[in-house]
Amino acid sequence: MRAMVYRGPYRIRVEEKDIPPIEHPNDAIVRVSLAAICGSDLHLYHGMMPDTRVGMTFGHEFIGVVHEVGPSVRNLKPGDRVMVPFNVYCGSCFFCARGLYANCHNVNPNATAVGGIYGYSHTCGGYDGGQSEYVRVPFADVGPSLIPDWMDDEDAVLCTDALATGYFGAQLGDIAEGDVVAVFGAGPVGLFAAKSAWLMGAGRVIVIDHLEYRLDKAQSFAHAETYNFTEYDDIVVELKKATDHLGADVVIDAVGAEADGNFLQHATGTKLKLQGGSPVALNWAIDSVRKGGTVSVIGAYGPIFSAVKFGDAMNKGLTLRMNQCPVKRQWPRLFEHIRNGYLKPSDIVTHRIPLEHIAEGYHIFSAKLDDCIKPLIVPNAA
Amino acid sequence: MVYTSEKPPLPVSLDELRATIPGWGADLDPKDRPSVPRERFDPAATGAHWEFPEHQPEKWPRERSIEHAALTPVFGTACPPSGLSGAIRKYAYRRYSEARAAHWLLLIAADRVNTVEASVTALLRGHPDNPVTETGILSEFSHRGLSSRVGRKRADVKHQWLDPLLVAGPWVLRGLLISRLIKAAVRRARTARG
Repeated sequence: MRAMVYRGPYRIRVEEKDIPPIEHPNDAIVRVSLAAICGSDLHLYHGMMPDTRVGMTFGHEFIGVVHEVGPSVRNLKPGDRVMVPFNVYCGSCFFCARGLYANCHNVNPNATAVGGIYGYSHTCGGYDGGQSEYVRVPFADVGPSLIPDWMDDEDAVLCTDALATGYFGAQLGDIAEGDVVAVFGAGPVGLFAAKSAWLMGAGRVIVIDHLEYRLDKAQSFAHAETYNFTEYDDIVVELKKATDHLGADVVIDAVGAEADGNFLQHATGTKLKLQGGSPVALNWAIDSVRKGGTVSVIGAYGPIFSAVKFGDAMNKGLTLRMNQCPVKRQWPRLFEHIRNGYLKPSDIVTHRIPLEHIAEGYHIFSAKLDDCIKPLIVPNAA
Repeated sequence: MVYTSEKPPLPVSLDELRATIPGWGADLDPKDRPSVPRERFDPAATGAHWEFPEHQPEKWPRERSIEHAALTPVFGTACPPSGLSGAIRKYAYRRYSEARAAHWLLLIAADRVNTVEASVTALLRGHPDNPVTETGILSEFSHRGLSSRVGRKRADVKHQWLDPLLVAGPWVLRGLLISRLIKAAVRRARTARG
């Protein structure tokens, strides 16, 4: 089969690999019909995530058709059209039993601080991902779901991470009716978080980024007020002015480890890997939320320490809430919202790239060329 | 105003928001949101039909965090550790917990060693790395590289010049090192002959 493989920072290529075998009785092998590149894949691509091995196939956003199932699989059969959450999880450990599917303790021997994620380094379990023609899906009776007949592929693939994570981020904010919600980052997850904030009754939604075309999208897709932080000397002061100096009730960090806006933070966190990421957006979130407010963190950071302004968070009495999204918990409600027309995830897709050209896809997405917001990957076997 | 007790008024009334934004307030009740409460004990909801999963066969000694009591029943099998990078990785897992910076810094160091190993191996196997195709740099010409940057208020343009240095720098350093080694070897051979 053809699969994307990592060759080192900023370098990937497509190679021939064996179709993955069944390794556990509850495995399924899925023939990938559509995948996506996630903003967090760029952390791997840039060499930021520890234990990212040459030869690994990335990709934790994918859908496909069941090709083969292990002997204990009851809920799926070959030929089923399935969507697969980015979480690899067992469904039976202490954490899964409580709905914390992103924090499963039975799937990642490499780390206890993070669960299993497809194609996301050995720090997240060492599973090959779905930017390939076939992928191994452990615990086939737990993670994957049949794609509803009425749902198209592009909407389905965005449910496997970006939409679910944005929606989850808005929930972490504990938004109350009439709250002012600020979202740092107008990438796919930030756009979905902004859109979701309205569903939860926000009174104002403000999106901050430095890419004008993404801010335009935040206005048209998510009905948000927008701020380009490069136009202001100090975006925190500007947000205070915009909220009568109170600050936002809820701030969502949908940027994570590669935040721009402070050269020193970016260079030490992203280029030199001396931090677990550049916490510029997180620090802005802490400083621009009102006292007693809530900061929701859904941007991904690495496992090393980061220079976070924790003192301000403490002195302001903030609630900091965060996690990787337990994707499948969100699906029934998201399916309702998509069916009702409240959400149309595929509206943010800008590029559809054949697997053979995935290296260019990564560069376009990484360098933000061609007004790229969300690139999808189309494997040849589809 | 923040200096008095009332919350500042919204620029648009909630009734207007409800009328203009599709789905506004559909998830208004905080108790009726899918991730509320955060922990909801319901093991039957996951589809798991086991109390503890069967163990996947361990085909090679699988590295694991020392914060785990034992190898997890299921794990990824991509890219088994090998070579010098594998030795560094195994040491990082065996010696340091996730709480120690040394654990992560060793793993990042192993990643860099792995890149060099893989480049040499690929060359020897006749399928060398191609920095042009692997970096996707040609998309700069096909996907508006210049106009995507010039005249835009992009913060990342300030540091993007570092990327070619990060990608090409190690290759240049390796080339210099190899040429120095070759020169030294030639010099030594001449000295021995003369």
